[in-house]
Amino acid sequence: MNVIVCVKQIPDPAMPGELDPSTKTLKRSGKLILDESDGYGVEMALQLVDAAGGGEVGLVSMAPNGEVSGLRTALAMGASKGVLVSDPELQGTDALTTAKVLAAATKRLGDADLIIAATESSDGYTGTVPEQMAEVLGLPSVTFAKSVTIEDGVLKVNRQTEAGYDEVTCTLPAVVSVTAGVVEPRYPSFKGIMAAKSKPVEEVTVSDLGVSPVGWAGANQEIVEVSDAPERQAGEIVTDEGESHLKIVAFLENLKVL
Amino acid sequence: MTASNIWVFAQVTDDAPTAGTLELLTKARSLGESVTAFVLGDVGGSAAALGEHGATKVYETGDLGGKLPGVAGAAAMKATIDGGDTPDLVLFPQNYEGRDVMSRLSVKLDRTVLTNNTDIAVDGDAVKVTTSVFGGTQLVTTTFTGDGPHLAAFRPKSFAAEAAGGSAPEVKKAEVPDLGASGGAKLVATHVEEHSGPKLDEAAVVVAGGRGLGEAGKYDMIESLAKLLKAAPGASRAIVDAGWVPYSYQVGQTGKVVKPTVYLAAGISGATQHMVGMKGSKNIIAINKDEEAPIFGVADLGIVGDVHKVLPKLIEALESR
Ligand SMILES: Cc1cc2nc3c(=O)[nH]c(=O)nc-3n(C[C@H](O)[C@H](O)[C@H](O)COP(=O)(O)OP(=O)(O)OC[C@H]3O[C@@H](n4cnc5c(N)ncnc54)[C@H](O)[C@@H]3O)c2cc1C
Ligand SMILES: Nc1ncnc2c1ncn2[C@@H]1O[C@H](COP(=O)(O)O)[C@@H](O)[C@H]1O
Repeated sequence: MNVIVCVKQIPDPAMPGELDPSTKTLKRSGKLILDESDGYGVEMALQLVDAAGGGEVGLVSMAPNGEVSGLRTALAMGASKGVLVSDPELQGTDALTTAKVLAAATKRLGDADLIIAATESSDGYTGTVPEQMAEVLGLPSVTFAKSVTIEDGVLKVNRQTEAGYDEVTCTLPAVVSVTAGVVEPRYPSFKGIMAAKSKPVEEVTVSDLGVSPVGWAGANQEIVEVSDAPERQAGEIVTDEGESHLKIVAFLENLKVL
Repeated sequence: MTASNIWVFAQVTDDAPTAGTLELLTKARSLGESVTAFVLGDVGGSAAALGEHGATKVYETGDLGGKLPGVAGAAAMKATIDGGDTPDLVLFPQNYEGRDVMSRLSVKLDRTVLTNNTDIAVDGDAVKVTTSVFGGTQLVTTTFTGDGPHLAAFRPKSFAAEAAGGSAPEVKKAEVPDLGASGGAKLVATHVEEHSGPKLDEAAVVVAGGRGLGEAGKYDMIESLAKLLKAAPGASRAIVDAGWVPYSYQVGQTGKVVKPTVYLAAGISGATQHMVGMKGSKNIIAINKDEEAPIFGVADLGIVGDVHKVLPKLIEALESR
């Protein structure tokens, strides 16, 4: 059982985001980390390979400046190898081209039984990349998985819906996107971190993958304006000294909610 | 005008279109000449309401027979386009089905899809969409370049739904072609998780709890308060992920968008992903023991205090009225 996980490397969400005034895209300079959303996918893949009794977990990532720190985190958790697509030409790439690039990158790792991604990335959150990859690869897909098992070569997924969840079965190979909380991602052990340093990560460019056009040329969109949203005025802030519930009651009465 | 033929990916439940569908139709009819609603499954008794909100034509696929909406919907749309009806613009709701269908369709048509928008305008030849970033502090306007169909997705409650009194639309069948290997997924059962009280995204009052409640059992306070205020109980993702309440309670970027008259947040910090789901509320009350919590930046009434002290007293005060 071979599983490939898409891992996005993003700026630390604890640092405030910023738009680059010249390109009007999110600034992605500085150190990148493994998107927390993808930690769930890596853990899920490791558990599935374990349950299958053999195979390995491969990783694909597209990131600027040859960035590998997020990949190393996933390797330290237990993944075996990775492919990094890094190329200045990718600046401005949209979700569709990202999906084409990642789909091509999975091929470098050989045939996979399953490709896992997160339902949405923390910084881009278009939520379209996994399903687009499935279409590019001609594979079935199940998005918003909140539990994933494999029985007799058939994928069984509980898929989140607005009202509850659906039980879905799916043939393999397939693409699955997992929600946060689906499993508890393990912390890399010291041994894992040491081992990760020597695990293979192949760095490829767009021309190695044969995808074109990419970047702004392939994005079919142009940002025309960035402006500040109207700010909401902060209201009255009171410190509770035992009677603040009466403030709430009065506030609700005033609005005729009571 | 670039947008003479506009499609809306329409969702219907039982005998009524979803609120989000009516919002998109209302916007669509202000942008272009002809509006088509594309329905997965049977349109049934919903056709009249789709017409009243601006659809002059409806495509329905008929029962999907267990096929998943993403792959089946995109294939049916592509087949219809190949059959000669080519939209200039297709509007999708930013939700489960919408996301899956537009993703597959974008690959089939080799067109970009612009997601998470809150507004759209057609300006001469340009179609411009607006999305808010950084928790709603900045707005980014993007225009499509290249040929249509242009695909765009909108967050719930971006537009107000309004009937225009249009007549019953023409209903046509859209075939779902053979899906080949990509059709390997099958729906085998559907489970509905009960949600007490009024619907979260329609309620006039929402009472939401977060990690500050401390433990799952304390969510009872939120349920009691909600009952007293005829409110819908809601939650931050932190406590949904922790399994305290089902996902159907979640407010925010990946949950429901709510715009009630009153939103009361108890023990919620106000992360940007939570705020995008509730910032549009008319009045916001926040209870948090940390005076630096970002939620206070949007609160009309902020109580710096312990939920375990304030909520029981509030419940008692309301009970004794
Ligand atoms: C891609 C992505 C999508 C996301 N989507 C969503 C979404 O849809 N909805 C969502 O909510 N989040 C979402 N999040 C998560 C979000 O970033 C936050 O992690 C989450 O909202 C935090 O929930 P919380 O406020 O309950 O918990 P915390 O941030 O831990 O805040 C708890 C608060 O409770 C206060 N507190 C503690 N004890 C008490 C007490 N006794 N009395 C009063 N106050 C107390 C603390 O001061 C603190 O402010 C998303 C994140 C990502 C990356
Ligand atoms: N540049 C990338 N590198 C690796 N995986 C990615 C990348 N972009 C998106 N993904 C995967 O697709 C998921 C959804 O991304 P998005 O469509 O941006 O919300 C992410 O959580 C990742 O699993």
